[in-house]
Amino acid sequence: MFAAAVYFTLARSEGWARVRETFFSPRYFVEALPVVARGLLMNLRVLAVASLGVAALATLLALTRTTISPVLFPLRALATVYTDAFRGMPMIIVLYLIGFGIPGLRIFGRIDSTILGTIAVILVYSAYVAEVIRAGIEAVHPSQRAAARSLGLSHAQTMRVVVLPQAVRKVVPALMNDFVAMQKDVGLVSVLGAIDAVRSAQILVSKSYNFTPYVASGLLFILMSLPFIHLTDWYAARLKRREQAGGVV
Amino acid sequence: MDESPLLRFERARKSFGRNEVLRGVTLDVTRHTVVVCIGASGSGKSTLLRCANLLETVTDGQIFLNGEDISDPRRDADAVRRKIGIVFQSFNLFPHMTVLDNVTLSLRKVVGMPRGEAEERGMALLKRIGIEAKARVYPDRLSGGQQQRVAIVRAIASDPELLLLDEITSALDPQLVGEVLDLVLELKSTRATILMATHEMSFARSAADDVVFLHNGVIEESGPPDKIFGEPEKPATRAFLERFRV
Repeated sequence: MFAAAVYFTLARSEGWARVRETFFSPRYFVEALPVVARGLLMNLRVLAVASLGVAALATLLALTRTTISPVLFPLRALATVYTDAFRGMPMIIVLYLIGFGIPGLRIFGRIDSTILGTIAVILVYSAYVAEVIRAGIEAVHPSQRAAARSLGLSHAQTMRVVVLPQAVRKVVPALMNDFVAMQKDVGLVSVLGAIDAVRSAQILVSKSYNFTPYVASGLLFILMSLPFIHLTDWYAARLKRREQAGGVV
Repeated sequence: MDESPLLRFERARKSFGRNEVLRGVTLDVTRHTVVVCIGASGSGKSTLLRCANLLETVTDGQIFLNGEDISDPRRDADAVRRKIGIVFQSFNLFPHMTVLDNVTLSLRKVVGMPRGEAEERGMALLKRIGIEAKARVYPDRLSGGQQQRVAIVRAIASDPELLLLDEITSALDPQLVGEVLDLVLELKSTRATILMATHEMSFARSAADDVVFLHNGVIEESGPPDKIFGEPEKPATRAFLERFRV
């Protein structure tokens, strides 16, 4: 019913014929698809590297923020400033700062814009993911830490073997959500000139003034994220089943 | 044989903010004895045990293990904890590890024993408490009594010199208390040194070598169980024990 209503409103609007031709042209779609798909491979590469980078940096930040030793206060303050700054700043500003700022320093010579884009994605998403992991760490009951330490485990061993595994399990749905968000934000590396799916679409558009390639790349991004979105749903459902079966303590 | 006490509190004090929980406790735990701490909730029993294990640090006074001052801030706390096992009221098993991994964790990570050897030893311990069939399941599949017995063998897996038991039966259903206390008696028969806090008065009377009555953060009275339970001297001790004879 609703879909039909939307369809009729659109189809009867004055400009619909124009819009259909510029955004949903089958001819341009077929032409654009392979080019955009090749660009998407680059997005996938960025995504893979960024995921690993985010996992490492975010864990480090979360561990730093959850220390209590007074000696580590400066580090803790630094980590807090970091997460505040990178969660507050628009992604695109970070991309510009890293993408154009670092080469401007002329320290490293020429750096591929893909690498710079990946670094920017890692910096921003680590701040978000660190907060999620920190929430997980704080949700692990202190008695778990006490039990581990009283077995003679060091602080580092306790965090690695006892606290982190439980912390991550508690926040898996939130982590998966951040991953899905990151999956589409890797498309922003295009603003630095990296030839990814978005950028390849942009090039095609500038040649033909037909916007269908954008739609094609959007569609591919959705397809890329679908498996993971459903994995998230499946996992959440499984968690719920286990809880109903008698608790996941 | 060394006759000095294994564990010694000397005028130990502990405050949380302005609340002084221990107000100068002096206590000896001799090797191969079971010392039972009794007292009302909030009398400082748990704090005393947690201080011995360095989960809390005393605000004043000293604690000696084997004559070595473990309340000195410069000592290696991890090394001290390796010599002391503790079991908590709420079991505190690691829910993301199998029962066997829980038991072998200290052997693998602290002693540095290879996994095979550690698991052999872990299985022997689980066999001793009769739940070797549950070695590969997760703790949430065990009853409270089974979980607490796993927690006990986890604490003794790497042969600590001293075992601290902090109200280990308080979170259990009455019919499960027996199996846990039986295990404590078995440990006593192997000449383990045990300092425990409990509300199980009949167990304290039958199993303790020494009974210590804590009242408002000080040791009000201590001595052999027959004296404390039979002819307590202090009014506070009598008042406390009255409440257990319905």
